[in-house]
Amino acid sequence: MTFTVIIMVFIMGGVVWWTVRQTIGTTPWTAEESTLEINDIGFVSSQDGIRTHSMKIGLGVFLAVATSVFALFVSAYLIRMELSDWRPLAEPTLLWANTALLVLSSICLQWGVISGRRNEFESMARGLLGGGVFAIAFLVGQLMAWDELAAAGMYLNTNPANTFFYLLTAIHGLHLLGGVYVWGTTMIRTRSPADNERVKLSVELCAAYWHFLLVIWLVLFALLSST
Amino acid sequence: MSDVAHDATELAPPAELGEMELYHPKTWIGKYVWSQDAKTIAIQYAVTAIAIGLVALALSLLMRLQLGFPNSFNLIDPSNYLQFVTMHGMIMVIYLLTALFLGGFGNYLIPLMVGARDMVFPYLNMISYWVYLGAVLILVASFFVTGGPTGSGWTLYPPQSISPGTPGIDWGIILMLVSLILFIIGFTMGGLNYVVTVLQARTRGMSLMRLPLTVWGIFTATVLALLAFPALFVSCIMMLLDLVLGTSFFMPAMISLGEQTAYDGGSPILFQHLFWFFGHPEVYIVALPAFGMVSDILSTHARKAIFGYRMMVWAIVGIGALSFVVWAHHMYVSGMNPLFGFFFATTTLIIAVPTAIKVYNWVLTLWQGNIRLTIPMMFAIGFVFTFINGGLTGLFLGNVTVDLPLSDTYFVIAHFHMVMGVSPILVVFAAIYHWYPKITGRFLDDTLGKIHFWMTLLGTYAIYYPMHYLGFEGLPRRYFAYGDTAFMSESSQDLNAAITIAAFIVAAAQLVFIYNMIRSITGGKPAGDNPWEATTLEWQTEHTPPQHGNFAEDLPVVYRWAYDYALPGAKDDFIPQNVPPSAVVYEDEADDAEGGTGKTS
Repeated sequence: MTFTVIIMVFIMGGVVWWTVRQTIGTTPWTAEESTLEINDIGFVSSQDGIRTHSMKIGLGVFLAVATSVFALFVSAYLIRMELSDWRPLAEPTLLWANTALLVLSSICLQWGVISGRRNEFESMARGLLGGGVFAIAFLVGQLMAWDELAAAGMYLNTNPANTFFYLLTAIHGLHLLGGVYVWGTTMIRTRSPADNERVKLSVELCAAYWHFLLVIWLVLFALLSST
Repeated sequence: MSDVAHDATELAPPAELGEMELYHPKTWIGKYVWSQDAKTIAIQYAVTAIAIGLVALALSLLMRLQLGFPNSFNLIDPSNYLQFVTMHGMIMVIYLLTALFLGGFGNYLIPLMVGARDMVFPYLNMISYWVYLGAVLILVASFFVTGGPTGSGWTLYPPQSISPGTPGIDWGIILMLVSLILFIIGFTMGGLNYVVTVLQARTRGMSLMRLPLTVWGIFTATVLALLAFPALFVSCIMMLLDLVLGTSFFMPAMISLGEQTAYDGGSPILFQHLFWFFGHPEVYIVALPAFGMVSDILSTHARKAIFGYRMMVWAIVGIGALSFVVWAHHMYVSGMNPLFGFFFATTTLIIAVPTAIKVYNWVLTLWQGNIRLTIPMMFAIGFVFTFINGGLTGLFLGNVTVDLPLSDTYFVIAHFHMVMGVSPILVVFAAIYHWYPKITGRFLDDTLGKIHFWMTLLGTYAIYYPMHYLGFEGLPRRYFAYGDTAFMSESSQDLNAAITIAAFIVAAAQLVFIYNMIRSITGGKPAGDNPWEATTLEWQTEHTPPQHGNFAEDLPVVYRWAYDYALPGAKDDFIPQNVPPSAVVYEDEADDAEGGTGKTS
């Protein structure tokens, strides 16, 4: 559980640090002056980038939840690994190719984000398309890796190491599948130019989610292959 | 005038987000069934939670019948008894308290208190409720399947929970695990809403340090729940795999009913770690919203600012952070390294510091207040008493050497029922009596309320106080019957019978309450917009009950904190958060000096 506790310390540390900033860090005497001029105007548009979009905060909170889920699985893995019946699994080499696909997927989406910020919407759509296609290829690759293991007689309940392999890849894959669903709805939206701003936001959210899942995958892959 | 207000300012910062686009339902079903309005969702959550809570109450009565009058009731056999124990615990902790505090009160109060029109993601909010309802229905279904619900205790410890011989091994345990997984998914959707709404949708001038403590409590509890429920999620999935696919995460090699099982090498202790990594924060998921709400209720009905507001906020956040490093105090008897025991005992006792700060602050809020002994106030004061009682026994159990002999006895039952059963429920009642006039526009009946309060408070003490003694005597929990046991005094059976009678009286009081709630919807005394003369924004709405969109055309602007009661020199003894300093009337400015209820200090 040490692993999870460390992750939790970081997350809760973030919450406490944020609260400190909100309380001790506030300087109402300066805020008062700065609001003096705009007080009469009242509303300042969110388009000016003053406030982060709620969807982004929402995604951030969800990523914290997902981090907790994966941290706990890793903790369970580390505890279970210590027990005597653990026989390490020879991971299929296909996983290296899959990892490359997921990296490409992330790169494409990042490209989409950069294009979007420059308002090059066609390029953004291409980046989005590439990101999704590579992600689907990754998922197919993971299924093939499962197939390869099963063909070698390595079933889910042959050994706890196998069980964890299937479980962790499945949970990671399901998270990515959820992302692919959002990707699909965004792809449909790219057809109408009127939705460009909305698509831009979706691409940014997808990219952040994809990068997160890439980091999670790298951690899981390192864990699975080093033990 | 700077000397009279906590931090009231004439200026409010500009709004940073535009008005949210509300979904306007066109049909009756869209408005009341598939509703995206947080207030309707809150009521849906609350009604569902209270309904399933009544089932859990009935189960506890069946348990008490067996314990008070053993072998007198043929309908209860040992398997049933264990099933009642399990379902009572699980329903009360998760499906009633968590859902009611966060899904019910969170949905109703967060948008209104922070000055928002609705939650930030209303659609997700709606789905959240329906997934919760699905989880509840699946749980209820387990009463009707072959073998009945699981009887493994609410902790669901393997290997026993999924081994033959435990009640509900056929379907009950599967339905329980699936229901929990669904509950967590549904809660996550709601939880995202509560957190993001507090962060993003606060109205102009509503800085974090002006939030009512209710919002702080619910917000922090939601953060805890979002991070802790994954541990239950992970353990449910792994146990489901052990059960259905025969993996060995938690299941060791063992002989069951004379046969070697196919399991090998799993670790039951791993489950305990995962379960309590969720289970302990869960205590605070239930307690923190209660802390927040009781603070607001005490302050409002004592006509006095909450004592040490910042300290209260810090205590809530501190308790939340600490609650993640105390979980193994539930596992002292699992044979842990003494150094671990020392570590967890220390962290457990440290958590008493912020908790005690809160209790002192509640008491100091009452000190020299202008206390109005309304029904919500009575329940709130009852909470402070009960929480101190339950909290003190927690100090006993937090120490390893004291815990070992008391573990799994009725002392533990008495402790956790006092601290996280009765205490939060008293706050639930306080909150319902307090906010019912806003939700329905009518008061609950006062006389029935007093009957409900005294029967509940005295009754619960009659139930749980004697249990401490039974625990000292070594009476183990979860036993169907005790028979002739040498260490038990003869009078312990008399005590058990008395407890059972008290339990029935308390249950009867709840029927009075339910009757009061139903009758008052139409028959209650009209309450007006702000019957308690409270300062927070939910009492400043244009309509009561608040309409779709909560506030009138313009959102309220906040100029002060939530606790400007009895402001020195002010004519009125409360100043709502949306009143600017320039609009406050002072006694020396008032035309007639004897008018107004404002008191000077």
